[in-house]
This record gives sequence, structure tokens and C-alpha cells, in this order.
Amino acid sequence: MIDWFLTYYPELLKGILTTLELLIGSLLVGFIVALMLASLHHTGKKYFTYPINTFVFFIRSTPLLVQLFLIYYGAAQFSLIRDSFLWPFLKEPFICALIALGVNSAAYTTVVLKGAMRAVPKGEIEAAKALGFSPFAILRHIILPRTFILIWPSYTNEMVLILKATALASTITLLDMMGITRQLIAKTYDTLTGLLAVGLLYVILTTLIVGLCHLVGKRFKRIGW
Amino acid sequence: MLQGYLPQLLEGALLTLQLASGALVAGLLLTLIGAFLLDSRYKILSYTTFGFTTLIRGLPELLVLFTVYFGGEIVLYHVFQHPIEVSNYWAGVLALGIIFGAYGAQVFQQALHSIPHGQTEAAHALGLNTWQCYCLIILPQAWRHALPSLGNLTLILLKDTALVSLIGLTDLMSRAQAAASQTQKPFTFYFAVAIIYLVLTSIVEILLHQADRRANRHIRKVQ
Repeated sequence: MIDWFLTYYPELLKGILTTLELLIGSLLVGFIVALMLASLHHTGKKYFTYPINTFVFFIRSTPLLVQLFLIYYGAAQFSLIRDSFLWPFLKEPFICALIALGVNSAAYTTVVLKGAMRAVPKGEIEAAKALGFSPFAILRHIILPRTFILIWPSYTNEMVLILKATALASTITLLDMMGITRQLIAKTYDTLTGLLAVGLLYVILTTLIVGLCHLVGKRFKRIGW
Repeated sequence: MLQGYLPQLLEGALLTLQLASGALVAGLLLTLIGAFLLDSRYKILSYTTFGFTTLIRGLPELLVLFTVYFGGEIVLYHVFQHPIEVSNYWAGVLALGIIFGAYGAQVFQQALHSIPHGQTEAAHALGLNTWQCYCLIILPQAWRHALPSLGNLTLILLKDTALVSLIGLTDLMSRAQAAASQTQKPFTFYFAVAIIYLVLTSIVEILLHQADRRANRHIRKVQ
């Protein structure tokens, strides 16, 4: 296995980079979208909550692989999309994987955020209202800071899940860690070494994420957030 | 709209369901075995099991599937010294079962710990042996605590079955792939697959809700 790393480290390094880009990109997309959806859901207006609940239900009840194929292969079916300015982006496997993973992460994060927003003590919101905070200021200064602390453990989990999900991007020809490994295996026929080597890389990344998040979580506690 | 491909999709869905039920049975067995090993008196057993389950939880599902299917063939070749073909169906069942078991074992261990020790003592005082105590007293109660998490794992397992199309099984997903390439309508067919999965997960969710109600039927409700 050491030989494997020594021989193919330039390719593997590229793969790690692609995986990390995809991971960070889709987490960012997912978190921003989830933040907007959860804030809209928090208003309790039916014309917000119904569509958001439907979106979350659809994404959470279907396999990620299906969503990925739906975006990457499915988009080509419509000439409207093929002729639009979006096509140069939508035919890129990286962009498609980013959209699929981002949307997927958004749905799962929305659920977590929704629950955490509801857990903010009512008295704090009432106090802020009494002090004349605008609804946006309440969201920005009272609800969100508390929400972040509350969701941190679940969000760590989400990060690991998305890291593992990035491996699926190899099925739409993206050369992430898994894609590179599959390519190298096809070339060398050394299946077991290749799979174990990439497994080791995934475990290292998972451990890093969990470890870093634990440290950040401790810091949250120390500054009394 | 599906241009006559619906029967094929449903046939694929049947295979998907078969595979999912097989993997669920394998997964529950591994959950039980794993939970007992995690609580084993012998430190080496409990540490190894903990290490193994944590390792599996850190690996992408796709990688576990490939390792079981492609790696299994190689390992079997080295053990028996002649090529043995691994069925992709059983590789799929085993891989999904292992993933379920790795999460399930840790969940079930927590559930076992939530049963007060007095229950075991009472069972022994009544003359039940260890085996009877586990089967009649501990497991039915632990089951209630573990059910919500195991239910979530079941839903994840059902969705992960889409991956087995990548090791050449003619499940729902690969039927849709074939239909999509023949008709040049990928969106239609992948959307149909999404809807079928949506229906399947909804049915499982309803069943899980019923099972949860049944497992909690003796718990007093708040007046």
C-alpha cells in the first residue's frame, strides 16, 4: 500500500483536492440555502412552510445517486436548457455534483436549523422585542448565534455525511479521490490495494473533520456563546 | 409517458425491495452481534468491534460496496487458491448489511445500557437463566429505545440500494439507466425512479410509525 501512495501520489493529491473543493463548495451552498429556507420557515407563513416542507421531503426521501443523475444526465433532455446560457455550466460534472450535493445538504441542514431555531428561549425573543429590535435584528443577533451552537454537533455529522457522499461524484466521471482510484484500478488491476488506500484517505479526512469540529465546539463553550 | 417501460421499472423495484429486505435482515443480525461484542467482557473483542464499526462509519457507502464485491473475490481466491465468483446480489446484501450493522451496533449498545440493572437482577431472582433474561426481559425493552434510530437506518439503507446498480445488478436504477439511453429521455426515467423511491420510503415510514406505536403500547400516556 505504501508503494501505491509513493507511485501515484500526484494523481491522488489531485483527487484529494477535488474532493475537498467539492466538500467545501457543497457545504457552503447547502448552508446558505438552508439558512434562507429555515429563516423563511421560521416566519410560520403557510406559503413559505408548505413549499419548503415539500422540498425537504422530496430530497430526503430519494437516493442522492438519483438526484445526481437527474441533474447531470436529466438536464440534457430539455432543449430549453441545452440552448440557454446555463448549459456550459450544467454539462460540467463538477458543477452538477456541486448542485446535487449542495441541494441535498441544504435539505438536511434545513431540518436541523428548523429544530434549533425553535429551541431558542421565547423570553430572549420577547426581551429583544421589548428593546425595540427589528425582526431581522432579532434573527441576526438573538436567534442565529444560539442556533449555531445548538446545531454544531449535528452539523459535524452532516459534514462527514457529505464527505462520504462526494464519492458518488465519481459515477458522473468526476475524478475525485474515488474517481482517480477507479481509474488507477482499471489501469493496474490492483483492486484491493487501491480500495484500501482510498479507504485510508477517507478515514483520515473523516477523523480530521471530527477532530477539528470538536476543537471549534470547545472554543464556542469557552467564549461563552 | 414512460413509453411502456413501467413494467421493467417495477420489476427492478421488486429486486430493489428484495435486496433491501435481505440487507435489513443481515443488518439486524449484525446489529445484535455487534452490540453484544461491544459489551463483551473481553477488552480485545469490544475494542476490535468498536474500531471496526467506527471505521465502516467513516467510509463512503460506495467504497464499502466495492470492497465487498471486488475485494471479496480476491480474498476468496487467496483463501481457496482457485477463482470463486462472488454474486453481486449477495455482495450488495452483505455490504448494505454491514453498513447498517456498523451504525446499528452502536445504537443498540446504547439501548441495552438504558435498561436498568435491576431488571437483570429481578430476572435472575425469578430463576431465568442468562439467555432467557436477554430474550424475554432485556431485548423487548431495548428494542423500544432503539427503534427510532434503527428506523432511520432502515430508510438510509433503502436509499443506499440505488448504489447496487454500480456493481451490475439489474435493480430499479439500472433499469432506468437502460431505458434512458434507449429513449434519450433521461430526466423522465430518473424522475420516475425518484417517485418510486419516494413512495417506497413513505410506505416504510408509515410502517415504522406503526411499529413504534406497537413497541410503546404499554407506556402510559401523559394525561
